[in-house]
Amino acid sequence: MAIDFTTYQIPTYDEALSRTNRARSHAVPLLRVLREIGEEDLASRQAAAEMAIKGMGITFTVYSEGAAIDRAWPFDIIPRIIPKQEWDGIRAGLRQRVKALNLFIDDLYHKQQIVEDGVFPREVLAKSKNFRPQCVGIDPPLGIWAHICGSDLVRDSDGGVYVLEDNLRVPSGVSYMLENRLITKRVLPELFDEYAPLPVDDYPSQLFDTLSDLCPSRDRQPEVVVLTPGIYNSAYFEHAYLAQQMGCELVEGSDLFVDRDDVVYMRTINGPQRVDVIYRRIDDEFMDPEVFNRESILGVPGLMRAWKAGNVALANAPGAGVADDKVVYAFVPDIIKYYLNEKPLLPNVPTYRCMYAEELEYVLGHLHQLVVKPANESGGYGMLMGPSSSKAEREKFARLISEDPRNYIAQPMVGISTVPTVVGKHLEARHVDLRPFILSGSKIQVTAGGLTRVALRKGSLVVNSSQGGGSKDTWIVDTGGS
Amino acid sequence: MLSRVAENLYWMARYVERAENTARLISVNSSLLLDLPRGIAPGWSPLISIMGLNSEFDSRVKEPGERQVVRFLVGDRGNSGSIISSLHHARENCRTVRDILPREIWENLNELYLYAQESVNVGLTKQGRFDYLQQIIRGSATFIGIIASVQSRDEAFDFLRIGRNLERADMTTRIIDVRSADLLPDDVADLRPFDTIQWVSVLNSLSGYQMYRRHMQMQVRRAAVLKFLLQDNRFPRAVRHCLDAVEACLVNLQNNEPVVKQLRLLVKKVERAKVGQLEQTALHDYIDELQLSITKVHAALAESYFPKPQLQRQSAG
Repeated sequence: MAIDFTTYQIPTYDEALSRTNRARSHAVPLLRVLREIGEEDLASRQAAAEMAIKGMGITFTVYSEGAAIDRAWPFDIIPRIIPKQEWDGIRAGLRQRVKALNLFIDDLYHKQQIVEDGVFPREVLAKSKNFRPQCVGIDPPLGIWAHICGSDLVRDSDGGVYVLEDNLRVPSGVSYMLENRLITKRVLPELFDEYAPLPVDDYPSQLFDTLSDLCPSRDRQPEVVVLTPGIYNSAYFEHAYLAQQMGCELVEGSDLFVDRDDVVYMRTINGPQRVDVIYRRIDDEFMDPEVFNRESILGVPGLMRAWKAGNVALANAPGAGVADDKVVYAFVPDIIKYYLNEKPLLPNVPTYRCMYAEELEYVLGHLHQLVVKPANESGGYGMLMGPSSSKAEREKFARLISEDPRNYIAQPMVGISTVPTVVGKHLEARHVDLRPFILSGSKIQVTAGGLTRVALRKGSLVVNSSQGGGSKDTWIVDTGGS
Repeated sequence: MLSRVAENLYWMARYVERAENTARLISVNSSLLLDLPRGIAPGWSPLISIMGLNSEFDSRVKEPGERQVVRFLVGDRGNSGSIISSLHHARENCRTVRDILPREIWENLNELYLYAQESVNVGLTKQGRFDYLQQIIRGSATFIGIIASVQSRDEAFDFLRIGRNLERADMTTRIIDVRSADLLPDDVADLRPFDTIQWVSVLNSLSGYQMYRRHMQMQVRRAAVLKFLLQDNRFPRAVRHCLDAVEACLVNLQNNEPVVKQLRLLVKKVERAKVGQLEQTALHDYIDELQLSITKVHAALAESYFPKPQLQRQSAG
């Protein structure tokens, strides 16, 4: 059966179809190919993709699943297509944003000029859970703290793109972006005849160059390693993948030690070997039991000593998470203006900061319309989705917010856009976001597109893989026109 | 190379090899039993002894019948030496070293494990058993083949090859030990034809029948089979050949003296024995001695290259 797009229902804004169910210009070839493929074949290609994922062992881990620690990565075969002309604007906005955020972090750990100048409130800084006093006064190489940033973008019902949050600690997902392209090549090869999506596979070498830039010594070939908490971590697949793609060692805490010379070594079959740069995928708190969580068995005792002595570079730098905070987020437009004297190119979603009395009052009065988020949770945990919430949930959140207003922000429901997604034998609209990755070393580089996450449950807006989300390949295509 | 990685590679290769050898044993035993008259058939319990799993078996399973033994050796997750457990361990080891291996190796092992797991119920039926075991053996051959064709001859390759060959040498001695002990005395003329069948089955469990015929150019006889399986340096499942392969890898590694020393002691034992002349009891003692020496080679290897347990604890504290 041919695919019928006239019955396709669009809840807000669809990226492939207009409100009248006609293909948007960049999606005309996509819809034509899909029509030619037809319903039966579509379902079998989706099944082929799932088989391939299983065989390739592309997995993620869900906590508290007992013995089966890895699950196949849910993937939808229909790519999300973004015109390059639009993407160029987004890219410029992301570069601007990350540049400003790095200046902001460096300032917070030095003079705190932005606080002195009254642009960023002292009480926000005072209550920040991710500000690390241990990092004050440290000068990381190139003055950069967040070398790898993953910013989440959404498209509202008006078609505009907004930044939803910035992940500056250990953002994950880039490996899935790379694997998704491989799978699409296998299962929808004819679509590549219609478009020439920008390649994404240079990310690992860009990452390696970014990390190499941080090597404390110019005299030797930098020894770069990826530090993982181990196979039970939800992103272990990615840690292994990136180490493999960069050709560097994947180490666990127990593979490393810091000697009396404050230098980091790894235990090899030929004895201790010096490590110059650590791409750490362990949270600050678990990194060094001498300084942070003393119970941590994942970290390396003395790592902070070695870092402070300038003998090893850490990416991202400890303390970078101070800007990865949903309250700080609300100040990013001000931060951009303050450090760069530029207008933000990418808008934030309007954000109410519960720490300010008048904004708090508005939030408490409009809980049924708002999304409430705790400042320091990731993975979609601990959120209130106002419009779909129960009275009891709203009461619970009103209490939580009043008890600790600094810890909450609220945003209007953004009419998150949809993309056609395979459901059985047909296509239905499913909500998506986009996480591009921005690398900052001696230059700033942005992935071509990023990871599109899709909420696979009908009507759901939660795209996190831990809560029923999947992903799609993302294509940046040059459509010639504007 | 990280010590932890070296250890994981080594065990990954051992586990795959163990799964393959277990599949071979069950497969050959199944066909052997069809050829022997009921009264003299050794049944299924020798397989448990070959694998050194007697106590584990006795604690978990009561009766050494065909169904029970096959289930225990193929699909019992509670048995750490079963095919499914071996492949599970191999895959988990591979997951932790996935970064340094070509992706094809991981994908092959992942698919092999998924196959073993998903088809286990078919594999436990009499009709499905042969195909299932063949797939396991082929999967292992593919694993080795992919390593041979895409893995650089670096330290990772050496540890994989050392693990595989030590496990293989160990399994070959086990097969000789139990099979020969169970075999009928040479001097009972009436049983001679069946005796030959059993020695052929020993060769078959190691896919060595054809190579034996070509290289030994004689009938299947106990003394010649023992010589072939222990001392031949061309047949890849012969103990001598496996040990040569281990040595060829060891010489590429630094600080290899203690391991090479243990290995050479073992090689000497293999080379010098007049294996054909060993009677039943003497052969059993001799095989015991070989297995002990293999354990010593492993211990020396662990001491030289693998993470020290106390170091791990120290950094974990």
